Amino acid sequence: MSIEVRGVSKTFGTFKALDNVSLNFPDGELVALLGPSGCGKTTLLRVIAGLEHADSGRIILDGDDATDKDVRQRRVGFVFQHYALFRHMTVFENIAFGLRVRPRRKRPSEKEIRAKVERLLDLVQLSWVANRFPSQLSGGQRQRIALARALAVEPRVLLLDEPFGALDAKVRKELRRWLRALHDELHISSIFVTHDQEEALEVSDRIVLVNKGRIEQIGKPKEIYEEPATAFAYGFIGPVNEFHGRIEGDYLRIGNERLRHHAEHVKDGQQVVAFVRPHETEIVTDAVSDDGITASINRILGSGAVARVELVANGEARKGRKEFFEVELPETQKASLGLSPGQSVKLRSRRLSIFPEQNGTSAP
Amino acid sequence: MARNIKKRVLPGFGPSLGFTLIYLSLIVLIPLSAVFLKTSTMTPHDFWQAVASPRVVASYKLTFGASLLAACLNAVFGLLLAWGLTRYTFPGRKIVDALIDLPFALPTAVAGIALTAIYAKNGWIGSFLEPHGIDIAFRPAGVLVALIFIGLPFVVRTVQPVLEDLEVEFEEAAASLGANRWQSFQRVVFPTLLPALLTGFALAFARAVGEYGSVIFIAGNIPMVSEITPLIIITKLEQFDYRGATAVAAVMLVISFVMLLVINVLQAWNARRYGRNV
Repeated sequence: MSIEVRGVSKTFGTFKALDNVSLNFPDGELVALLGPSGCGKTTLLRVIAGLEHADSGRIILDGDDATDKDVRQRRVGFVFQHYALFRHMTVFENIAFGLRVRPRRKRPSEKEIRAKVERLLDLVQLSWVANRFPSQLSGGQRQRIALARALAVEPRVLLLDEPFGALDAKVRKELRRWLRALHDELHISSIFVTHDQEEALEVSDRIVLVNKGRIEQIGKPKEIYEEPATAFAYGFIGPVNEFHGRIEGDYLRIGNERLRHHAEHVKDGQQVVAFVRPHETEIVTDAVSDDGITASINRILGSGAVARVELVANGEARKGRKEFFEVELPETQKASLGLSPGQSVKLRSRRLSIFPEQNGTSAP
Repeated sequence: MARNIKKRVLPGFGPSLGFTLIYLSLIVLIPLSAVFLKTSTMTPHDFWQAVASPRVVASYKLTFGASLLAACLNAVFGLLLAWGLTRYTFPGRKIVDALIDLPFALPTAVAGIALTAIYAKNGWIGSFLEPHGIDIAFRPAGVLVALIFIGLPFVVRTVQPVLEDLEVEFEEAAASLGANRWQSFQRVVFPTLLPALLTGFALAFARAVGEYGSVIFIAGNIPMVSEITPLIIITKLEQFDYRGATAVAAVMLVISFVMLLVINVLQAWNARRYGRNV
């Protein structure tokens, strides 16, 4: 089913959680709402669900205006970060809840309820916990039951609020693969909220990147990763090296050093912020030209075929920077360059992405 | 034998159990067992005479009946009050919240006199009820009013923290699954509150059974009609009938204990049914 959000705004006191947001969620896709905490992504999900009402704007579900409908009438399945399983009911009763509260005329018979709950338990691969209470399950199991419970009412759309947020790293990885597989089986339009870019990149068909109550970029994971549209998108998705400087022809001037760029739409003298991914950053040990930022190697982390080098800039580029610069290069190249900690080298970029400098454009 | 006891993580099992038992003995068990000791010096005939005379039996009915009814009413309205105080913000909420505790703090005699003054035929409320043929003061109804008054804080104060901790998430989940307000209260909120509500009910009931000060002013103390058991005990004491007094006290104790035990068993059963550890 299609979900359309039209010009939705929502403020809490003086805080603008959503600022005139409009977007379309394509039918049958698994979409990630990605953004830093407090960016409004959960509010957007709750507004779509009807758990929160927007100050202005409309929510269109399946072509009909659902703005004034309450959550009960919207037929959305909602999965909470902390599961919100009913503690005093068994797993079976939790899943059956949505069927049992139906008006008498629409309520399935006890036999049908039983069959349906069993089918859902099979789907989430937990048929053996039917008679347990939620307190007797692990976090990952609870979240799967919560999902089964949401699916029991045959929702037109599935909304998941940080579904893996409360789980540990290993279970989280397993569960997100499982969610992907489940979605491929059911093809129900789903939106999940996450602040974890790796999760969004791995699980979703499409990512909606949200920042400060606005949409920064919408695209397939590959597009978002490879072609970030804004400075925020660059900084938020994936590891990145960030430089602040001024454009001087084909170079980015940083203090008394400069870095060659290949960007076209830039004006001379413009203050800019530039980004480059670690694997597109180069280490040069025998520089003759003045292209490049001098830096000292702090640490070399090698595991497998790719080595990661952490560096500290020596000059102006170091200013206001809390993190290290990071370079990824093949192990063989690292060996041939003969890198060692403490060594002074130059950093160059194969592909520098440049955005005009604004307040608040630095990477989070 | 000590070697057979499994190693415990928490140290100090011996001292803490010892302390608990000694303290409980000094404060509760020894005084109460004195009641039974004194009673045991009576002949069965005297005992029966003391505890089963029609006037005393009428007082049991009033005391336990009114206490039970008061505890039930308190459970219902205490829950409503706790709900109002936790779910809504309104001007003066803090003051209302503080008012709830007043029945705890007020000397019971003061409460009794105040209630009597208000509910008597010439009192503020009594004068409105009188033309409609409703009499409260100096009747069993007066006993009930006094017992409701002193029992209310128990229910509110036990339910309130549970309600405050109950996250709206559960109700949101119920609503997203199609439950209406009533279904979500009945199936999700109420079962969560039930243990606390039962505790509050038991406390309010226990307090009401033993209540003396506030009741005797408003009850009128008419034998066979509005005389409570604690008053019978005092009357016997004033007539130097110590054995008779302890005999009635012993009967009260046994009935109270049985009722509280039943409530506790109910609690445990409820907890097990919902898979919680007892």
